[in-house]
Amino acid sequence: MRREIRLAGTGGQGLILAGVILAEAATSEGFQVAQSQTYGPEARGGSSACSVVIDGEEIDFPEAEEPDILLVMSKEAAEQEIPKLKSGGVLICDSTYVKSIPPADASVHMVPISAIAKQQLGREMVANIVALGVLAELTGLLPHDALEGAVLARVPEKTKDLNRRAFAAGVAAAEKALQVRQSA
Amino acid sequence: MTPSHKQRLVQGNEACVEGAITAGMRFYAGYPITPSTEIAELCSRKLPAVGGTFIQMEDEIGSIAAVLGASAAGMKAMTATSGPGFSLMQENIGYAAMAEIPCVIVNVQRQGPSTGVATAPAQGDVMQAIWGTHGDHPVVVLSPASVKEMYELTARAFNLAEQFRVPVVLLADEVIAHLRESVVLDRETLPFPIVQRKKPSVSPSQYLPFKADADGVPPMANLGDGYRSQFTGLVHDEAGFPSTRPEVVNSLIRRLHHKLEDNRQQIASFEAVHLDDAELVIVAYGSMARAAIAATRLAQERGLRLGVFRPVTLHPFPHEELVTAAARARAILVPEMNLGQLVLEVQRLTAGRCPVVGWSYVRGELPTPDLVLTQALRLLEAEEEYEDLLQLAALVRDDIVRPDWWLEQEWGA
Repeated sequence: MRREIRLAGTGGQGLILAGVILAEAATSEGFQVAQSQTYGPEARGGSSACSVVIDGEEIDFPEAEEPDILLVMSKEAAEQEIPKLKSGGVLICDSTYVKSIPPADASVHMVPISAIAKQQLGREMVANIVALGVLAELTGLLPHDALEGAVLARVPEKTKDLNRRAFAAGVAAAEKALQVRQSA
Repeated sequence: MTPSHKQRLVQGNEACVEGAITAGMRFYAGYPITPSTEIAELCSRKLPAVGGTFIQMEDEIGSIAAVLGASAAGMKAMTATSGPGFSLMQENIGYAAMAEIPCVIVNVQRQGPSTGVATAPAQGDVMQAIWGTHGDHPVVVLSPASVKEMYELTARAFNLAEQFRVPVVLLADEVIAHLRESVVLDRETLPFPIVQRKKPSVSPSQYLPFKADADGVPPMANLGDGYRSQFTGLVHDEAGFPSTRPEVVNSLIRRLHHKLEDNRQQIASFEAVHLDDAELVIVAYGSMARAAIAATRLAQERGLRLGVFRPVTLHPFPHEELVTAAARARAILVPEMNLGQLVLEVQRLTAGRCPVVGWSYVRGELPTPDLVLTQALRLLEAEEEYEDLLQLAALVRDDIVRPDWWLEQEWGA
């Protein structure tokens, strides 16, 4: 079954890398995968978005048409991308930057992804890996170990421990968000 | 599957480099430009490891010139660029066509004209790729629509360049170049063998560098191999010396064309998707074909018969097969990320067998399948409503085919 994941935010947040890691994990799990991106000419700043399409069969259209899963990490990305989310889809917002969202027919999760990266791990730079942990836990899209393995295969040797902890922090934050939701 | 056949996530530009190296490319000269930069970057890393040479040149004019020099000396050589650089290369692409120097030029199309939008896809260089350099000249233009095809068509580009001694343009677009897909790329999975250029079978004293064999292609000695080779952009005789004699001019210009035209069946290729029973045919190439093929899936869900004719070679064009499809279809839609380029060829080749309407999408992004389907449905509606659609089969230079507006404004009905 075709599943579309869209990751959107600001250039420099590492969302394209997160998308590549997600796509590599899905590839290693034997799925057909297509990963694409849109970004401006800037190295940092500007909008940046990335799509990953995962399917058991051959993928005809390689970009996201109507994402099943959407992660937004900036106010602008939230405004632009949320209207395109599939009805009944999963919406993950980095509540560090996305404070409010338009009404969406989706399962909405507000998780302070960038704040977790900065406060718990001391590096906002790993917010993208925290986000992958959150996404893995909230969506069950791919096995945790496949995603974590893809993260570790992509990052420099000396940052492996930091990235492992970032992924775990994301998973933990998502677990917490789910508990809050269930008890509410 | 054995480990070597394991699928990997590969980017289009990366697949292009792997295809080139598989085909035997050992020389790359280029000037990096978005969205082709990864090709230069990867060549700089991978070529030294296989005994090849990478040179970052001062500009694109130098790049193509270096490629031609390397090829004349016997190397399989390539350069990659985007619109602005492709414009600069035109003069020497003509030189390659005239001097019959095999070479591969990758143009990853971005939104133009001029520097346009560096990171946005477009298909605005179709006519330039075919007709960009002055004078009648032979050139092959290939249009990849997937990462796997970036690999295969780059390898095929070398085969065609070497076999026919022509410049071959791999006309990609930003979507396919930057797309990453799960693929198995192996020399063993290539659907054709690797071709080497034809060498002289005569001794140096008997060698005439531009005396063609029956296939229209002269055997090519490497510079430095002891054969007397003479290269010039001037019209030349079989010995390679300039000539203005009308019969020499005539025979050279015609031979340069016939070596491709006479082998068109062997060169021209296309993909057909649900074409046999299609009432509406979408002719689409490159990334646009992916949207069109997905649109046929959406159409099937609605019980509509849409088919896709995807030319893989934009030049020479697989025109017999297109004409057959046109004779069966109610109408043809040609969606393009430009203001209507290949649609003109499709109209010319199908010569009124059915209405051919273009759809221009120039927003610097790939349209969704849903948008392509919407245009297809509008065209079918229009075809039903207006019997004399043939005279209306003109290009609509807009995002949307609007038959009412089109009739009132353009045709006074």
